[in-house]
Amino acid sequence: MSERNQASPTSSIYKRRLLINRLALILALVAMAIGMFFLLWILWVLVSKGIGGINLAVFTEMTPPPGSPGGLANAIFGSVVMVGVATFVATPIGILAGIYLAEFGKQGWVAPVTRFVNDILLSAPSIILGLFIYAIYVAKVQHFSGWAGSFALALIAIPVVVRTTETMLLLVPSSLREAAAALGAPQWKIITLIAMRAVSGGVITGVLLAVARISGETAPLLFTALNNQFWSADMNQPMANLPVVIYQFAMSPFENWQSLAWAGAMLITFTVLAINILTRVVFRQRTY
Amino acid sequence: MNAVLQPAEAPVTSAPKITVKNLNFFYGGFQGLKDINLNILERRITAFIGPSGCGKSTLLRTLNRMYDLYPGQRAEGEILMNGKNILDKSQDVNLLRAKVGMVFQKPTPFPMSIYDNIAFGVKLYESLSKAEMDERVEWALNKAAIWGEVKDKLKQSGLSLSGGQQQRLCIARAVFVKPEVVLLDEPTSALDPISTAKIEELLNELKTDYTIAIVTHNMQQAARVSDFTAYMYLGDLVEYGVTDEIFIKPKKKETEDYITGRFG
Repeated sequence: MSERNQASPTSSIYKRRLLINRLALILALVAMAIGMFFLLWILWVLVSKGIGGINLAVFTEMTPPPGSPGGLANAIFGSVVMVGVATFVATPIGILAGIYLAEFGKQGWVAPVTRFVNDILLSAPSIILGLFIYAIYVAKVQHFSGWAGSFALALIAIPVVVRTTETMLLLVPSSLREAAAALGAPQWKIITLIAMRAVSGGVITGVLLAVARISGETAPLLFTALNNQFWSADMNQPMANLPVVIYQFAMSPFENWQSLAWAGAMLITFTVLAINILTRVVFRQRTY
Repeated sequence: MNAVLQPAEAPVTSAPKITVKNLNFFYGGFQGLKDINLNILERRITAFIGPSGCGKSTLLRTLNRMYDLYPGQRAEGEILMNGKNILDKSQDVNLLRAKVGMVFQKPTPFPMSIYDNIAFGVKLYESLSKAEMDERVEWALNKAAIWGEVKDKLKQSGLSLSGGQQQRLCIARAVFVKPEVVLLDEPTSALDPISTAKIEELLNELKTDYTIAIVTHNMQQAARVSDFTAYMYLGDLVEYGVTDEIFIKPKKKETEDYITGRFG
């Protein structure tokens, strides 16, 4: 019973395994190359068509009638305001719900049901959330508004923040919590001073990713904020925003509108890119 | 084993700080501690030894009701400290933990600066001026024999220290709140021999002011450091006595078998 095993570089099993290994590696590289190719192609088309339209006027002039020169100032302003309000509303709700699910949801039925509903909302088509706000608010008050647009975006952002907050908090090692408890810290202090502080990078990343997501959402805004040709800072009126402007201008036959649409698309894309870089560099989560 | 065990020939100057009476502990349906009775004496170091799974960490964690954090774990019986039964529902758990500190096997520095790490515990129950806080921080870090190494980097993150330093930081943090009892759960098992020696020296110093209970897998450490030793096996307290006696002339055969390494 002291025979050694038959492993050797010349055995046929080993050679076949080596071949399969190489094949799998090549397939993985090809898959990556295909993905990268399309991504780079999209970016290339975006930049080549959009860069010509980017100039100071884009940021200072309002959306023009077809054929006249103009910019995207009111759309940029509207998007920034609505995304800002939506984030302001969604962040505390999302973080508090995430804390509840991670810290207090160990027993009972409330937490599993909440988690389930949250997951459904997370993957719900955004047009449905837009229609929902339309039905309960816009139709009732009989006009589109920036508020309605913000709330629709908030409904999209909340599940993202809830999910990331809960996931991050569950990563905090129980030894860290026990160390705080051993000093006599009450549970709410363990959560706010220790656990949340430990995963602050991850939670901020979650919020920023929600922002990136809602910056580009078009369908919900179609039914809530609609659009506005003119400058308007009144949240109670239809509000201009980049995604709907792009939608309207890109499908038109007018060249100046099309070039503005490309410029707008480039703006959104690079804003989202900047947010992603920010989360990876500045708000990097150190593991504990 | 119904009588409360007192270590034989306990020095007259020391009174029982914690009295454990008929303690049974359950992890769900599994019984982790079986009818434990013992006294832990004041200002002495009591070590708990025994093979894995014998219940020594479980026993330690009942002393500051750490098991309360986990539903499904429960304790029956009495643990008297300062005349009160700490297992009682009316006992404020957070106040108890402020009086009974704990250091864990794995160093657990909080995600904040070294200074804030130490200050965290005190800020929970006392409000000190900045000058008083600075002084207390220096005192605690001195007690933990780490002041010299960190005095220039108090604002740096606690995570930037080495393993041994982190553990001494955790001990400083536990000592800073001036508890009555300090529980240590295998505090040096993850550390190199030099850090271990420093911590053992520290424990010797601390016992003049604090009651100390230490769980250790390392029998030689128990022999070096403690005044009294309790040998546990599969949830039972087998023998409890003065350390020198337990190691040189144990009364029970099971104890002798464990001490001499017949099983581990």
